[in-house]
Amino acid sequence: MSESLGLLPALPLLGFLILALSGGKLPKTVVALVGAGSIGLAFLVALNLALPIIADDSLIVRETLYTWMAVGSFEAQFGLTLDGLSTVMILVITGVGFLIHLYSTGFMADDPSYSRFFAIMNLFVASMLILVLADNLLLLYLGWEGVGLCSYLLIGFWYVDPKNGYAARKAFVTTRVGDTSMALGLLLLFTQLGSLDIQELMQAAVANWSVGSGLAIAATLLLLGGAVGKSAQLPLQTWLPDAMAGPTPISALIHAATMVTAGVYLVARTHVLFELAPSVQLLVACIGLATLLLAGFTAMTQHDIKRILAYSTISQIGYMFLGLGVGAWSASVFHLMTHAFFKALLFLAAGTVILSLHHEHDIFKMGGKRRQLPIAFASFLIGSLALAAFPFTSGYFSKDEILLAALEFETYGTWLWLGGVIGAVLTGFYSFRLVFVVFFGGSNGHHDAREVTGFSMAAPLFVLMLLALVGGFLTQPTAAVFGAHGQAGEHTVSAALHAVMIAAPLLGMLASYLVYGIGLIAPDTILRSGVARGLHTFWFSGWGFDWVYQRVFVAPFLWLARLNKHDIFDSVVSLLVRLTETANELLARSQTGSLRWYVLSVVGGMVVVLLATDLGGLL
Amino acid sequence: MSLIPLEHGIALAGLLFAIGLVGVMTRRNIVFVLMSLEIMLNSAGLAFVVAGAHHASAEGQVMFLMILTLAAAEVAVGLGLIIQLYRRFKTTDIEVLSALKG
Repeated sequence: MSESLGLLPALPLLGFLILALSGGKLPKTVVALVGAGSIGLAFLVALNLALPIIADDSLIVRETLYTWMAVGSFEAQFGLTLDGLSTVMILVITGVGFLIHLYSTGFMADDPSYSRFFAIMNLFVASMLILVLADNLLLLYLGWEGVGLCSYLLIGFWYVDPKNGYAARKAFVTTRVGDTSMALGLLLLFTQLGSLDIQELMQAAVANWSVGSGLAIAATLLLLGGAVGKSAQLPLQTWLPDAMAGPTPISALIHAATMVTAGVYLVARTHVLFELAPSVQLLVACIGLATLLLAGFTAMTQHDIKRILAYSTISQIGYMFLGLGVGAWSASVFHLMTHAFFKALLFLAAGTVILSLHHEHDIFKMGGKRRQLPIAFASFLIGSLALAAFPFTSGYFSKDEILLAALEFETYGTWLWLGGVIGAVLTGFYSFRLVFVVFFGGSNGHHDAREVTGFSMAAPLFVLMLLALVGGFLTQPTAAVFGAHGQAGEHTVSAALHAVMIAAPLLGMLASYLVYGIGLIAPDTILRSGVARGLHTFWFSGWGFDWVYQRVFVAPFLWLARLNKHDIFDSVVSLLVRLTETANELLARSQTGSLRWYVLSVVGGMVVVLLATDLGGLL
Repeated sequence: MSLIPLEHGIALAGLLFAIGLVGVMTRRNIVFVLMSLEIMLNSAGLAFVVAGAHHASAEGQVMFLMILTLAAAEVAVGLGLIIQLYRRFKTTDIEVLSALKG
């Protein structure tokens, strides 16, 4: 039983090795079989491992494969641990991952780099599994960097277009800022507490640090930096919308369902530390709230179907951070799971729309597509209902838990709750704006497009539709991990407040119906006023973050690089090189190859020596 | 047997050495260069013999025998090299054989 824990990341890794070492020479059917099959097998292994833990959530499976490194007193094991939290993660990663791999076999069918695509996808799943199964923070960091690398490779998958390469670099460099902060956090934890093993670390932290101590605040702030970078939260959120340059299944798997939620996982995994630093925890909640509002406003103004979904992802992860900040660990992980279902569904459906409409991304060039793209329409409808937290869909339960926990939070609870509710109105608006603009009204182009479908692309959509609808009824075995404290108990909230929470997304939907559904208030009428147009431009640019970063960080850095183009410090060394070269040239000129010249110089030398000694004798 | 004065012997040796040296420096034909080298070697041998006779010592003649052996060996190697050079480059002009320049 415990032997198969190592098998879990090994299966996708094996798939990666087969695909990578074959050098793209395998036929496509074999590639699809290896690529999707390895993840399917991993899902079966994960299910087999998860069942006992779902039955008894205090069960923890441990397996140490080997000693990874040992330096002095420091020893890192290649050790895997499976507890309730990891169980949720591995099921989401392998389950949703398998569906997306299956979808990709159809979506990428005409791509010449089919094999490379699946090789990196498999490597990604292997890294992600190592990330969530690691029993020490160093191994977690290995997986963390591994998924970052795969994200970079896949955003720049269509590398022929320089824009995609730029987006990939932007994502890599921006997340690197967070990763550096996280690495510093690991160093601080190790020097202060003498271990990186997560269990030992948590016990040592509780034993040595008091609540609110400076070290706890510093360590959690550094870890939070890593989480913020990976999960595209304020202020490092700018990379995610550009990351949509990659193929759509990538956006579904990496930039919606799994990798971007790694930050949430990290905070949940080290929640003991965060409980020791209440001020940082409040900061987590504030970051989440600010991000979810900012991304929600931005999503309302975007034209690109994938950018809308990207901002919506940032916004939903903002909800998860809000949940983490108010100590609703379990609710956040629950929202992570349901979000993986409905956002993967939305992205895959967006992939179908884009592929069917010959790579059209602009929603205002679609319109009235519900008859032409019935499966995509059903997916979008269900996905958007779940995203907007329509009652009894999966998103409703998880978002409800987070908002209720926010309301009961002692510091600024009401304000956090209010922000979350406003965010819910925004979510309802932008998600149904997308549905109304793309699928209703008159056709604005691609009149004769036909839906690209087939088993491999339709089946995952149907499974995800089902999960997005009923995923809220799944129970998750995280009670033992988070203790009674982080568990969602019975909430005592007045019916009026609860009605407000249910009404909020409906209000947003109604507003988008009035504007985009029946055109009662045309968007152009609103944009006629200067303030609205200014706000629209401001929100459309993502609140000007790219503009500011370009001027504050990128431009000075490029200026420095240009200044030092010829490497000022290197010139000292190259001076020495040039001196030697000159001396060599001079001496080489004396080697004429003429034997008589050599004899003459020997004799000349002899004469000089004889004269000198004779003169010496005479003097 | 009247002794030849030391100065005369040394002067002859010096003259021979100078002739050989000038030959080495000015001749372009490699065979003549080798011959000039032989003259230089023999001038050194002559100087040893003259000096040995002047000091009534056998060591001068011993040294000459050694120089003779050395010269024989040198000629053997030198002529071998010359024949190889001629076979390969079809010339004995040392100015032409100047591939080894810096």
